[in-house]
Amino acid sequence: MDVTTSESVSKKKGKTKKLKQKIKTDEAPVQEMEQAEIEVTENKSESGACFPPTFSVSEIKNKQRRHAMFLKLKEEKRKAPPKEVPKTIENQRIYDETTVNPEDEEVAFDEGTDEFSAYFNRLTNPKVLITTSDRPRGRTVRFCEQLATMIPHAHVYYRRGLALKRVIPQCISRGFTYLMVINEDRKVPNGLVLCHLPDGPTAHFKVSSVRLRKEMKRRGKDPTEHVPEVILNNFTTRLGHSIGRMFAALFPHDPQFVGRQVATFHNQRDFIFFRFHRYIFKNEKKVGIQELGPRFTLKLRSLQKGTFDSKFGEYEWVHKRHEMDSSRRKFHL
Amino acid sequence: MQHDDVIWDLIGNKSFCSYKVKTKTQQFCRNEYNITGLCNRSSCPLANSQYATVREEKGLCYLYMKVIERAAFPARMWEKVKLDRNYAKALEQIDENLIYWPRFIRHKCKQRLTKITQYLIRIRKLTLKRQRKLVPLSRKVERREKRREEKALIAAQLENAIEKELLDRLKQGTYGDIYNFPIHAFDKAMEKQEEETESEEEEEEDEEESGTREFVAEEEFEESDLSDFEDMNNLKGSSDEEEDAEEQSSEEEETEEELEEEKTKAKSKGKTPLKGPVRKKRAYVEIEYEQETEPAQKSKAT
Repeated sequence: MDVTTSESVSKKKGKTKKLKQKIKTDEAPVQEMEQAEIEVTENKSESGACFPPTFSVSEIKNKQRRHAMFLKLKEEKRKAPPKEVPKTIENQRIYDETTVNPEDEEVAFDEGTDEFSAYFNRLTNPKVLITTSDRPRGRTVRFCEQLATMIPHAHVYYRRGLALKRVIPQCISRGFTYLMVINEDRKVPNGLVLCHLPDGPTAHFKVSSVRLRKEMKRRGKDPTEHVPEVILNNFTTRLGHSIGRMFAALFPHDPQFVGRQVATFHNQRDFIFFRFHRYIFKNEKKVGIQELGPRFTLKLRSLQKGTFDSKFGEYEWVHKRHEMDSSRRKFHL
Repeated sequence: MQHDDVIWDLIGNKSFCSYKVKTKTQQFCRNEYNITGLCNRSSCPLANSQYATVREEKGLCYLYMKVIERAAFPARMWEKVKLDRNYAKALEQIDENLIYWPRFIRHKCKQRLTKITQYLIRIRKLTLKRQRKLVPLSRKVERREKRREEKALIAAQLENAIEKELLDRLKQGTYGDIYNFPIHAFDKAMEKQEEETESEEEEEEDEEESGTREFVAEEEFEESDLSDFEDMNNLKGSSDEEEDAEEQSSEEEETEEELEEEKTKAKSKGKTPLKGPVRKKRAYVEIEYEQETEPAQKSKAT
């Protein structure tokens, strides 16, 4: 290829000026065609082979070829590059192998036979006992009261220094399905132990960002006695599934749509955000929501099989900081 | 022999003793064998040849007596007597062992024994109750968690998620018949009737063309080539009404019907609000017509 071009170049040089122009015009298209062909072949070969990274267009000595390459590059740049999807933490999340596939039979079977199956088969109705750690202060007490208004069939009892292990059999005998203990530290609730009663799992959460009703901006009136709906978002893994079922079993089965209240448990990066709203449909494309009720965030610390027994219980999952917090893209719920 | 007074002069009031702890109002003695804990002439274990204490080790009380003859062997100086676990018997034992000793020491030993037994009882009671376990928080971790929570909250976009979920539930029909947005059913009924009336109206279409062509074309132009026409001002008056009506209809999401509605609106011209039966009779527009008329309009404008 190079030989032919050099020959043509030399041919050009050999001719007189007058002729040159004519010939140029004649030869140019021919040459261009040649070069186009050459370039095509070159392109084909070179698109397969990569240029060395230090290559730039200006290094090609041949003017026409250089020009053609430059035009080609310019056109490539002009074509808009495909819009890139921004990387988010959710995009980059390390794939968790316990993520539940919706059609997974094994999971479905497990869920049919686990401790919540009684609830999900509509055999039991939830009845929740809410209590605190010893000597609760004002904020915690108010928080408990507000929780009790939100969750139907919830009762608040004052903890008189009783041991949970003694409380639990009494609860079972009185027909409670859930025991909720709100732990307090320095006058602020900071922990939640949620124990499913007959023999269910016990989950221990860290509670943060508690906002009571009067601290909410633009809130609505107090929630009514209607049974709210439940929304559970983003509980994808097996662990997340079991926690989600725990939350779902707190509320009675049939939500009263007349009340238009919805309780949301939204999991994002292992933080579970709880919100309580009242909604109204303006038309079938728009819905307005107004926040009532307290809001708080939970972070799962441990999940224990069986009822509360911190010493001898069998832990399904414990948050181990050094192992589990090392990667910013790994989440467990 | 020990000269107690000399020793007391050397270490006592206003002198240095390494066991002495001075506070504003009082002096304390840190010596482990001190019976009262205060730095006094009568309580100082170094300045008294005849001295005894009661001390507790691992839940058991012992009576320690100083044997001054062994002052040269400090390691063997204190004699230890194990006291009974029973409080009353322990008191008797103290009396028995310190039988001819000064009243002060006997009394203080018994007092000390009382105190020790009381606190031992309390310890036993407390261990039976639930213990509060204090878990130390790492400040760094807490700060990190707080920040992550904030970021997660922002990423969660809770209101949007909740609204989306509620709308999905509405679409799926979990709410049943409570809400009256029966769009899908209505539109399906509409479509059916469209098909029925199509065949009827094919004949009528030609007539309608001439009458309505202009209106339909204008509306099409508004959507695309608003700025292109000199006569827009003339057209705008009529088109505004139609635009509003269009917006209402667009909410109902049926693109097929939009054109139909335009035509009906064109006919009604804002005199009557859109009614269902009015709609049904109208033919639906075919795009061909508009395209044909486009160049014609342009030529008219210019």
